[in-house]
Amino acid sequence: MSGPSDYQPSHPALQWFERRLPILGLMHSSFVAYPTPRNLNYWWTFGAILSFMLGIQILTGVILAMHYTPNSDLAFKSVELIVRDVNYGWLLRNMHAVGASMFFFAVYVHMFRGLYYGSYKEPREVLWILGVIIYLLMMATGFMGYVLPWGQMSFWGATVITNLFSAIPYVGDSIVTLLWGGYSVGNPTLNRFFSLHYLLPFLIAGVVVLHVWALHVAGQNNPDGLDIKTDKDSVPFTPHATIKDMFGVSLFLLLYAWFIFYMPNYLGDADNYIVANPAQTPAHIVPEWYYLPFYAILRSIPNKLAGVVAMFSAIIVLVFLPWLDSAKTRSCKYRPLAKQFFWMFVVVCILLGYLGSKPPEGIYVIAGRILTICYFAYFLVVLPLLSRIETPRAVPNSIADAVLAKSGKVAAVIVAMIVAGGLLLGSAGDARAEEAAAPPSLKWSFSGPFGTYDRGSLQRGLKVYKEVCANCHSLNYIAFRNIADRGGPGYSEAQAAGLASEYKVKDGPNDQGEMFERPGRPADYFPAPFANEQLARAANGGALPPDLSLITKARSYERGFPWFVFDVFTQYQEQGPDYVAAILQGFEDKPPAGVTIPSGSYYNKYFPGHAIKMPKPLSDGQVTFDDGAPATVTQYAKDVTTFLMWAAEPHMEERKKLGAIVFFVLLILAGMVYFTKKKVWSDAH
Amino acid sequence: MNPDASTIAAGAPIEVDLTPIADGQDIKVFWRGKPIYIMHRTKKQIEEAQKVPLGDLKDPATDQSRVKEGHDQWLVVIGICTHLGCIPIAHEGNYDGFFCPCHGSQYDSSGRIRQGPAPANLAVPPYAFLSDSKIQIG
Repeated sequence: MSGPSDYQPSHPALQWFERRLPILGLMHSSFVAYPTPRNLNYWWTFGAILSFMLGIQILTGVILAMHYTPNSDLAFKSVELIVRDVNYGWLLRNMHAVGASMFFFAVYVHMFRGLYYGSYKEPREVLWILGVIIYLLMMATGFMGYVLPWGQMSFWGATVITNLFSAIPYVGDSIVTLLWGGYSVGNPTLNRFFSLHYLLPFLIAGVVVLHVWALHVAGQNNPDGLDIKTDKDSVPFTPHATIKDMFGVSLFLLLYAWFIFYMPNYLGDADNYIVANPAQTPAHIVPEWYYLPFYAILRSIPNKLAGVVAMFSAIIVLVFLPWLDSAKTRSCKYRPLAKQFFWMFVVVCILLGYLGSKPPEGIYVIAGRILTICYFAYFLVVLPLLSRIETPRAVPNSIADAVLAKSGKVAAVIVAMIVAGGLLLGSAGDARAEEAAAPPSLKWSFSGPFGTYDRGSLQRGLKVYKEVCANCHSLNYIAFRNIADRGGPGYSEAQAAGLASEYKVKDGPNDQGEMFERPGRPADYFPAPFANEQLARAANGGALPPDLSLITKARSYERGFPWFVFDVFTQYQEQGPDYVAAILQGFEDKPPAGVTIPSGSYYNKYFPGHAIKMPKPLSDGQVTFDDGAPATVTQYAKDVTTFLMWAAEPHMEERKKLGAIVFFVLLILAGMVYFTKKKVWSDAH
Repeated sequence: MNPDASTIAAGAPIEVDLTPIADGQDIKVFWRGKPIYIMHRTKKQIEEAQKVPLGDLKDPATDQSRVKEGHDQWLVVIGICTHLGCIPIAHEGNYDGFFCPCHGSQYDSSGRIRQGPAPANLAVPPYAFLSDSKIQIG
């Protein structure tokens, strides 16, 4: 985007256009002829990956907004309807929700890369500051987007984060009222967050244009931190950087697709599948993973105002980085001390993230304080000091020279640091003993990349739900027609209509203005056993039997370190079904010695706190199966859990099937792009 | 972007009947979207709240200043933790008062902050006794 372009299109029509608006010349000089350093490594492809992700988020977001209802009574339901009923709605939603995580993952890599190679140093200060502004906008956008599904974490996350502003002296409370548009987080809050969540990505796109512009004025930094001096130092952007970025993007897509198709809920929180309830705070409020380090900093400071100031400072300090680190050598490759401190800083950030997800008790608070000091010390003490005392290694004369003398030491350092970080994480994980028994991991037909629902089990599970669970529990998001859906219990449409007609559904008003009952139709939803929440509570000793449509996704338990890391690779995500099946079988007539259960509650081994209001629901022989499956509690529990898993994730089979195809295509694409890239770069290395 | 007219109108005062709340029990009512705890304090709770020396408190306030004269047994507080806005659980924690599950703040039987990151006592909403068994909040 800099300098006059001598680009001339070959077609006369384009030449005519170019004389009036030289946009083709601008594109040509920015993305085709633009000289890019020939020593860039793959960390530099994250810029293209981020642009790609921004595009995906805007595209999926605009379509999702066509189906979403920003109203506090309807928002949660509308998201469920998107996932269940909109054509490929589940895919859009997963792409958008997982996309947010991937966007942040990529931006963190991009930022750490800038940090390591000194990309913020003269003459790229403005470029760097624009990046910090984009990051801040991303955080605001991500936070407001997380509020929109209006689950428990959405609501309470919004409450906690907006309350941060109440720490500001004198005007804090007025600012919070202004953010809420009411006296607490509610419908007006949701509406304005939706509006802003739609607006901010376009602001981000605008700042990204400035960011790229500034980049193309200052020129790209590179692993050796050298300026381009001769033509030998650079290669043209197209095809060299273009094809390399495409390879980076296609590898990134593989990671993205892994989560979209196989682990869509891994990065989310089970509590967000419970509709927002202003009367009840979840036991443990955690933000999305990408905010955790800052959340840890906030919590480690015992004073409210100071905590909020520290949290915001942790980001704002990045703005001053170009002046805090005044060392002339850009790249840490030639700064032996700065390199070591950089990796320590990376470990500090990861550990802070881990602490942010833990309850603020005991050792976690102390560790959080130490790491907060380390975080700020890196910027305010280590970097200013190093730039004065460190003797950098000799820097090559030119980029061309650096390309000829390559070394592979960095990889060894990365591995060593990851191992060290892992060990530290492990020891931190052991610091607190788990108290509740973890539900046993069962074998489910729907687990793994090729898992499908066992039709027989689904049908038996529906029977158990109908005859037992339905006496107290609703199944609000399941319509009778759903049992004939592909990937479901495998009934015919006639059978679904038959099931519907067994139920009486309230309809009306008729011409006389009266409500009346009629037989159910396939489009009707399973009727709830109680007309309203108060009635349900009154009939169940004050406790509300939860709706079961999402129960297997709304319940979970802590896997703990290192399991949650392995789970990414094994695709284990059956905490919910394991928990539900365990609860159904975890009743014991006599609580163990030392445990007292209040009257009206029952002892359950796996229920948190052990006192559950639900009496033992299943006993042997209670439901008779037509297909000869054993009439035992174990079988009932397994079948009804399978059925409820389908109720929560009705498109799972389609999702995994499409995932296999997408993976196949992506692998071929990545392979083709890789070999093209090799060919293109063969003369540059 | 401040609250609109309908939101303000919906925030008008409400009346609460206290007769169903037994000694040692509490209820939660909503006013302006905020949970309000009305706690019928036991003798023990009242004595504990009155005995605390002001020097021990982070946000010093006498118990008398937080209840209405002649109605020592009734504590009416906004059930929103002054740290980051979670809802504390009544009758939990070490001080016979409230415990916030989010970041571990503990309040005593007068709703005063005793331990944890919260900077201030639970707020007392504007309210008045219409009779001995009925209050108006707002």
